[in-house]
Amino acid sequence: MLSKRLIPCLDVRDGLLTKGIKFKDNLNLGDPVEAARRYYEEGADEIVFYDITASAEGRGIFLDVVERVAAAIFIPFSVGGGVSTVARMRDVLLAGAEKVSLNSAAVRNPEIISQGARAFGSQAVVLGLDARQVPVSPACPSGYEVVIDGGRTPTGLDALAWAKKAESLGIGEICLNSIDADGTQEGYELNLTALVAASVTVPVIASGGAGNAEHLYEALTRGLASAALVASVVHYNQYSFASLKQYLRDKGVRVRL
Amino acid sequence: MTEPYLAILEYQAGNQTSVLRALNHLQIPARVTDAPRTLKEAAGVIFPGVGAAGRAMEVLRAARLDALIRELVELGKPFLGLCLGCQIMLERSQENDAATLGIFPGESVRFANDLKDEDGRPIAIPHMGWNTVAPQAPCPLWEGIAPDAQFYFVHGYYPVPPQELVMGTTYHGLEFASAFGRGAAFAVQFHPEKSGPPGLRLLSNFHQHAKELAHA
Repeated sequence: MLSKRLIPCLDVRDGLLTKGIKFKDNLNLGDPVEAARRYYEEGADEIVFYDITASAEGRGIFLDVVERVAAAIFIPFSVGGGVSTVARMRDVLLAGAEKVSLNSAAVRNPEIISQGARAFGSQAVVLGLDARQVPVSPACPSGYEVVIDGGRTPTGLDALAWAKKAESLGIGEICLNSIDADGTQEGYELNLTALVAASVTVPVIASGGAGNAEHLYEALTRGLASAALVASVVHYNQYSFASLKQYLRDKGVRVRL
Repeated sequence: MTEPYLAILEYQAGNQTSVLRALNHLQIPARVTDAPRTLKEAAGVIFPGVGAAGRAMEVLRAARLDALIRELVELGKPFLGLCLGCQIMLERSQENDAATLGIFPGESVRFANDLKDEDGRPIAIPHMGWNTVAPQAPCPLWEGIAPDAQFYFVHGYYPVPPQELVMGTTYHGLEFASAFGRGAAFAVQFHPEKSGPPGLRLLSNFHQHAKELAHA
């Protein structure tokens, strides 16, 4: 039976991690390739990189990072952040990523999903969906609205309807981030996660709010998520992948140890 | 005489570079190629693949690689199909209703939407992530790999070869053949090049097996 996945998320700017990552042996790493290698060795199931570079030069450096990561780790990894054309998707896939995450660009131009899926296969196209809670309304019946541009721009789109539409256009997976829970370390937005996961057949990765092992357990059980994205909870040496997975396994969740 | 190498079949639907990176990491000599001579002189051939079956077959036929692949397998060349490469070694795929290579009898079938996992919940499709491969027959590929090792899968269709060819099975809503083969030709539904240490070990086992056959 399929295991639930734990996926660390690394933010990269101009080819470097935006915050140093601390490992068990108190080693601080700012190099995304070294951080990826350490997480690979510790048992991460997959890795997500977000390129938060603004400049064209930084984007070029980022492709270099992708190539070096691909030569160093032998698990899947995905790349998101500022991907808005099929040509850029091709660049990051050729550099060695398995998957590309589309977010704002897919809202502005949904066709990019079907174009990407046709060119590279659905398995290579992830929908990054940032949602926030809003009052239920005819325009937003799920009570969750899609926000883009890193959470700055509300779209008026219903998050559940958008997830279903993106699935019909050919995405292979959804990385579902709660803007409300993000950064709180108070737990994933379980209602949102379960609502979307129960309504699509593609896997849903829960994102935003992980502060402890119990939060992961809830997202992967009550939240119906196939995978959980983790950042602070592993970056600052609070938990190792081995300890998180052991906790989940002890509670009956299938993981890869 | 040149050192025995593995050839990775180059075609547009292949993920040949990720396989090449894994072989480089293992220090296994490897060449990405579609040249018949380089393929025939290799100790073994790896046949990768991602995307849709119909499109992959169009690419193979246009390059006349379909006949070459059948020839390599008939010659007894050690051969390893990965993911889509594994599925199109069968006769047909429900994906695009495509006729495929027919090296082995059988077809690839879509995971049905109403399948449930062992907890009674609907399965996610595609089957994406880490899962075990229960060995069903002795196979040189399994050497040194724990029976509960997990491998990385990503696919919406699964292979259905004849029972006597099945070497390993995986559960996702139903039990399917995730590894099969005959003689020196093997097919695995997962991605060993993306499956961490057990996946790398499997590639290394294939290389070892190919070298031994080349010297026999």
